[in-house]
Formats: sequence, C-alpha cells, structure tokens
Amino acid sequence: MIWNETKECMSRDEILNMQSARLRKTVRRVYHNVEFYRKKMQQLDLEPGDIKGIEDLNKLPFTTKQDLRDNYPFGLFAVPQSEVVRVHASSGTTGKATVVGYTRRDIEIWQECVTRVLAMAGIGANDKIQVAYGYGLFTGGLGLHYGAENLGATVIPMSTGNTKRLIAMMEDFGVTAIACTPSYLLHIAETLEDEGKLDKINLKVAICGAEPWTENMRKEIENKLNIKAYDIYGLSEILGPGVAADCDAHSGLHVYEDHFIPEIINPDTLEPCKEGEVGELVFTTLTKEALPLFRYRTKDLTSITYEPCECGRTIARISRFKGRSDDMLIIRGVNVFPSQVEAALLEMGETSPHYVLIVDRINNLDVLEIQVEVEERFFSDEIRNLENLTKKIAHTLQTALGLAVKVTLVEPKTIARSEGKSKRVIDKRILI
Amino acid sequence: MLIKQLSVFIENKQGRLEDVTQVLKDHNINIASFSLADTSAYGMLRMIVSDPEEGKRILKEEGFSARLTDVIAVKIPQMPGTLHEVLKVLSDSEISIEYMYTLATAGRDTSIIMKASDLDKALMVLKKHKYGLCTAKEAYEINNLNCK
Repeated sequence: MIWNETKECMSRDEILNMQSARLRKTVRRVYHNVEFYRKKMQQLDLEPGDIKGIEDLNKLPFTTKQDLRDNYPFGLFAVPQSEVVRVHASSGTTGKATVVGYTRRDIEIWQECVTRVLAMAGIGANDKIQVAYGYGLFTGGLGLHYGAENLGATVIPMSTGNTKRLIAMMEDFGVTAIACTPSYLLHIAETLEDEGKLDKINLKVAICGAEPWTENMRKEIENKLNIKAYDIYGLSEILGPGVAADCDAHSGLHVYEDHFIPEIINPDTLEPCKEGEVGELVFTTLTKEALPLFRYRTKDLTSITYEPCECGRTIARISRFKGRSDDMLIIRGVNVFPSQVEAALLEMGETSPHYVLIVDRINNLDVLEIQVEVEERFFSDEIRNLENLTKKIAHTLQTALGLAVKVTLVEPKTIARSEGKSKRVIDKRILI
Repeated sequence: MLIKQLSVFIENKQGRLEDVTQVLKDHNINIASFSLADTSAYGMLRMIVSDPEEGKRILKEEGFSARLTDVIAVKIPQMPGTLHEVLKVLSDSEISIEYMYTLATAGRDTSIIMKASDLDKALMVLKKHKYGLCTAKEAYEINNLNCK
C-alpha cells in the first residue's frame, strides 16, 4: 500500500514547489547556525537570499565525508545539543568516526520514511517482523525498528549474530517479515534448507539493504524462500535506511523527495548528469534539523528517472547501484576503505606495505581476506613466529575495521604491482 | 660449530616446491638434507645445502623469501636410546628444541640438525657431554660423495 499518498504521489510541479520552499528555509537556517556552511557560502559570495528555489541548488557547495570527519564530532550540527535526542556513528578511516545526530522531529521523519518503505513492501500491522540488522551505533537496527513499530507491526529486535535462535523464533512465532542484509538472508535460507525447515516457516517478505546486491540475488532469495524481497537504501549522513526503496515493479528505488533532493553528477567534472545517465548520487536534506547537509556526495553510482512509476508513485527513482566512485567496500554491511588497512598495517610496523584485500562471498557470507607479503625483515623460519605474526595482524585489522579478517602470508612480489596505483582490492563477489 | 641452514617460505601452490629445486639445480647446489614443515596456507622448506650463501642469493634473485638460520648438527651413535639421551641432556639444561631433522645416517653415527632456543648454550652443553658436532663444511658436504 501507499502509506502517505499526499507525499508519494504529488505532481512534479508540486514536488518542485515543496522542495523550493523547504530548500529556502533550510539554507537560511543552516547559514545562521552552522559556521562551516556559512564560511563556505561566504567564500562563494552566496547569501541565503540567493537561493530562491531548487533551480539555484547547484550554487550551493558540496559536502563530503571528509567534511564530517573534519568537524568531528558535532561541528556540523545545526541545533543546540539539548535538542539532539540521539546520535549514530560509523567507523572512520583514521580512528575518527562519522557522527550523525537527530532531533525528536528527525527521528519522527526517519520512522515515517521507513514506514513508507515497509508499507510499500506490503507489510502491515498484522505482520511479525524480525529486524536482523545490528542494533547500536549502526543505523540499520534502530532505523528499521522504529519504522516497523510506527507501522504497527510486531517487532522482534533480533540484531545479528545468532542464526540458530533467529530461525527458531522465525518458526515458533510464525514470523512473516524480515529486515536484514541480502547476503545474510541467503545464509539464513541455506541454513533453513540444511535443517529441512524451509516449509515450516511462514515468511512472506524481506526488506534487504546495507550492501550492494543484484536483481539475480533478489530472485534467488525469492525463489529459495518463496517470498518477496525488496531493496532499501540509505546512509547515516542523510538519514539511515529509508532514504529510498523499491516497490513491486522493482524498476528503481523511490526517493522520498519531500525530505531529500537527489542529484546525479559527473564525479570528475561535478556537472549535473542528464536524466538516465549514470553518475554519482548527491543528496541535499530538506527537513533534517540536527544535521542538515547540502549536496552530500554519497560516492554511490546510479542514474535517476522522474517518470511516474506503474505503482502510482510519482517521486523520482534511482536505479540499482552500479558501484562506487571511490574505493570503499561494503562487507557484511560494514564500510571498509583500503586505506584503513594500510594505516593499520603501517602502524603495526611489522609487515611489508604490500597487501591485497580479497573479498569473496562464501556460503553467501562476505569474507575478507588480507594477503600480506612476507618481507625478509619480518621473516622467521619458525612456524610459530609466523603464526603469531598472522594472529597479530588479524587482531590489529579486526580492531581497526570492526570486521573479522582472514590473514594469509604470501611470498614476496606475488602481489601484482601495477603502474602508478597498485591493485589493492580483488572483489570476487559477483554482483551482476 | 654453527651451520647455516637455508630456509625458504613457500606458498601452498602447485609447483612452487619444484621451482625452488629447479633454481638450486640450475646453480649446481646440492641439497644435503631438508625438512618441510607445512601449514594450511604455506610451507617452510629448511635445507642444508652445499653453498648456503650462494643458495640464498640466487633464490632471492628469483623472488623467494629465503634466509639463513644458524643451526647445529650433533652426532649420535646409531644405537637405541641415543636420541633420548641427547635430548635429555639439553632438556635438563632448560634448552628447548624449536625443530630438528636428520642430516645424515651414513656411517656409524647419525647427524641431527637442531634449532635450539639458545644455540650457544646448547653447543656448550653438548661439548661438555662429549658429543661430536659437525663443522659447517662437513655438514654442507656430508652426503655429497661427488662434491668438488
């Protein structure tokens, strides 16, 4: 069903008028409350009055993840701390996390967006939903949780990590919906298959996100479990899960344009792309109070269409993601930059700087392997010493990345050196 | 009385061990003895060769992780209980063995390669107990009847 028909089915003119009005208001508020943006606008000789509507959007400066780090932790917040009711954070490349904040109204809008997503997937008050994203600083767990409660569904806050218990409850409670990463859902499906329980469950629908997946994976999930699976997108900087999601037509993810303005730009020239052309997705928030952002560069590559969808919604749709314009990897929902690995290895000082990350999907779970060359300086002919080195590297990286890592020592010069930029990442996951 | 052992790190890949022996063969280096320790991901080939310095140089040239490690070669009579005796002597002196393998079994004595936790102390203890030790030259050529 369409949860908020007024907002999801406006005419293009209505959408643009609403966005223009909200943009003007946001720009004024940000200019007066966030020093970072005020300075940036002053450098560009921009005053709040210069932004008269959405047609002036491209006059505003871009925002990057680095800007959030530089203003760690609360430097970009536009409200006094007394109005912030929650923060979330994601792991950072150099130890500093990216911190985002929410006012009570932000939380309400967030849950409204997630509720729209769940309703779009046919979930309602009669459903029992297991939220199997991590609860905590990661936005996945609590984001889905609040949205599902707002919808009136019965929420089972599973979090992650105990598949056996999840399956037992799925069976015992007659769970009808689940929210988790697509790779985890495939893992659950295989476990159910192994235990001969596929016909004992009552699952009807899944909301999957937090990592890239393909149409083929969606079909595999649907066929294996005999359910419907939907794609949910989001990023903590803009909101968390619920920025966009797909409907029964599965022809792109609907962006909630009453709260966010999506743009597609060429990541090299920063010029806007034409409708349908692939480029980097950029968001401007329209209603966020605690952390409003102008033209935030997501680094996710996609295209956009403003054609109304067959489901009746008129809001813009972004296509399935085509990759990233930077080298960030998403492994089991965790964002990993190769530079984090390099920094951690160099800090240890006990290995060569020659390493390669190999990401693979084994039994539908993402596995990160790091191959490190054995350099003469650190080479011992005692296996025990080599094993200790392996363990130490694994531990250091696990602490730095927040992700279990398999470390393999390899012979020197086995890691390919290419001209200029060395190949640091081999992603074997097939997502086409 | 320290002997240079040539140690090579080898990934578990088909043909990799053969690559090492090929390099040594091409440079006319004789392998007197060897041991191969294996883990799930890699192996450690430890060898006593006719010319360890040259062996290391050429292996490194061919891109291997090779290094020289000091070990000792102790001679024990070929009789029941002699290995036990020498190990007891070392153990009583609180010396532990990291690894060991046979160097040669020809003749009346067996020579054993040992990597001990404290090599100097091990040498001292073995000498005190009148154990024969191979010199480096002796060890490198012990099994090479045609050595130049």
